[in-house]
Amino acid sequence: MTLLEIDSLSLHFRRYDRLFRHVEVEALGAISLALEAGEVLAVVGASGSGKSLLAHAILGILPKNAVLRGSLWFDGRPLDGTAQAALCGRRIGLVPQSVSYLDPLARNGDQLRWAALRAGRSQRDATRLAQPALQAMGLDPAIARDFPHSLSGGMARRLAMAIATIGEADLILADEPTNGLDPDNAARVLDRLAGFARRGKGVMLITHDLVGALPYADRVAILDGGRLIDVEPASAFSGRGDGLRSAYARALWRALPQNDFSLPEALHHA
Amino acid sequence: MQPWPRFIAFRIVRLALVLIAVALVAFALAKMSPVDPINAYLGPDIAKVGPEQRALIAAEWGLDQPVGVQFTKWLGNLLAGDLGWSVTYNAPVAEVIGTRFRTSLVLMGLAWIFSGLFGFALGIAAGAWQGGWADRLIRVYAYVLASTPTFWIAILLLMVFSVSLGWTPVCCAGPVGVLPEDVTLVERIRHLILPLAALSILGIAQIALHTRAKMIEIMRSDYVLYAQAQGASRLDIALRHGARNAALPAITVLFASLGELFGGSVLAEQVFAYPGLGRATIEAGIRGDVPLLLAITLFTTLFVSTGNTIADALYRLVDPRMADPDAVQGAAP
Repeated sequence: MTLLEIDSLSLHFRRYDRLFRHVEVEALGAISLALEAGEVLAVVGASGSGKSLLAHAILGILPKNAVLRGSLWFDGRPLDGTAQAALCGRRIGLVPQSVSYLDPLARNGDQLRWAALRAGRSQRDATRLAQPALQAMGLDPAIARDFPHSLSGGMARRLAMAIATIGEADLILADEPTNGLDPDNAARVLDRLAGFARRGKGVMLITHDLVGALPYADRVAILDGGRLIDVEPASAFSGRGDGLRSAYARALWRALPQNDFSLPEALHHA
Repeated sequence: MQPWPRFIAFRIVRLALVLIAVALVAFALAKMSPVDPINAYLGPDIAKVGPEQRALIAAEWGLDQPVGVQFTKWLGNLLAGDLGWSVTYNAPVAEVIGTRFRTSLVLMGLAWIFSGLFGFALGIAAGAWQGGWADRLIRVYAYVLASTPTFWIAILLLMVFSVSLGWTPVCCAGPVGVLPEDVTLVERIRHLILPLAALSILGIAQIALHTRAKMIEIMRSDYVLYAQAQGASRLDIALRHGARNAALPAITVLFASLGELFGGSVLAEQVFAYPGLGRATIEAGIRGDVPLLLAITLFTTLFVSTGNTIADALYRLVDPRMADPDAVQGAAP
């Protein structure tokens, strides 16, 4: 079942050039992608390739000067402003990039409870669900009384996953969930995300770490400079990468230190 | 971060140094001013006193001694708890400040609380709905009033509500000809309304502008973006994240604004002839009542410095990141 469909989506930022003339700067160009329920789709790209903007566009939290064209579909229905307002936090959850996405002055438990309230839960349910949600992510319920500054990077990411899923989201957008984590903690976070997919949710794993994402991803979409290069099955990234369709993906794969470490032409001209 | 005992000790030492410095400067200014304490003391009786008697008074008061000796003597008396005698009110200075401050405290305290509450609420609303109609209204109000002098507002209020409309009394803390202890609570409140309005209107504008600026910054933060991604409404964000994160800066500004409040009350009390500490300051200045003027200066310094110290202490108390120095390392992404 196709959970999310992105149809020739492009994103521009309006900027004032000199006094009155305004120009549009392209951030994302004509992206078409589909995400199935039960799969982990890795969106891989260097920083500045527009990965996070893609997630923000799906959630409808772009800055005011953003111009979005093309269409988004969620569960067979158009995902416009009204739908986004109704679905974000309920059926679509975000796992953000860093601890700075948690309110530094609010207790962890409150932030989790607020997320549940925003997902339409009752006051009583929100309180009741908080503890099991923390335990499900392997967190000590005692951290509910603490403030975010006392969480480690890995714990903060797991709290964010508890927040993303407390509303029974069907689609999880994880934005660089392993950024700044050591390999053990990164593996734990990715393992949980893959677990969501096994239970039938769709997971969009946004990352710059192709190798780290491969064991958990079903398919890999490669973004470069705001454009979608290609979507390849994760299994094609093996050996010398001969199973990869696009030259860019093949070049990217071969440029990795553990492979050939070669810098072929394709990377320069893509 | 330094531990609490050191913080408090440091603040007390600093306060003492500030008070000594202010005492020194205030005393020097009083000495350099053209006010002659003997003339001020004698008043109309000045014609009856000859040069010999003047010299006697000067010797009795120690005015013939070098300035340094006079200062140390005054400072010594001050430390012993003797603030001197106020010629203007014919009472000990400590007593004058005590009764006057009690009258002012109601006025300043209420104005302070109103500025805090209303200023904060308006600032949150303006910042959360930046660019909206509420923001525009609040901004115009705040900019116009923040750049308006207190005495002008006070005169304007007096002209409109007391003179033209006749809703409020023209002056004082109670009806003319009634002993202060016989004034009823209703009368007291009626006389308080205009000075309070004049003082609050400006305080509200200041706090609102500060809170609005902080709120705009908060609305651009990552945690607000995250709340939006969770489907939070603007009101939800303003109340849960905005008020929480804007409260500390607002409280700090509120305590730091005690000096302006004091300055404002001097002007407002003068215009409304409200018998508080502010009016006593002006009386003391005009009549050359040096002991009272110096004591009020020191009292104001103490008051404002304490306000600033409370602001700093609150910052340490309320922000969990400052209360727990060991945990700060965990905040790395």
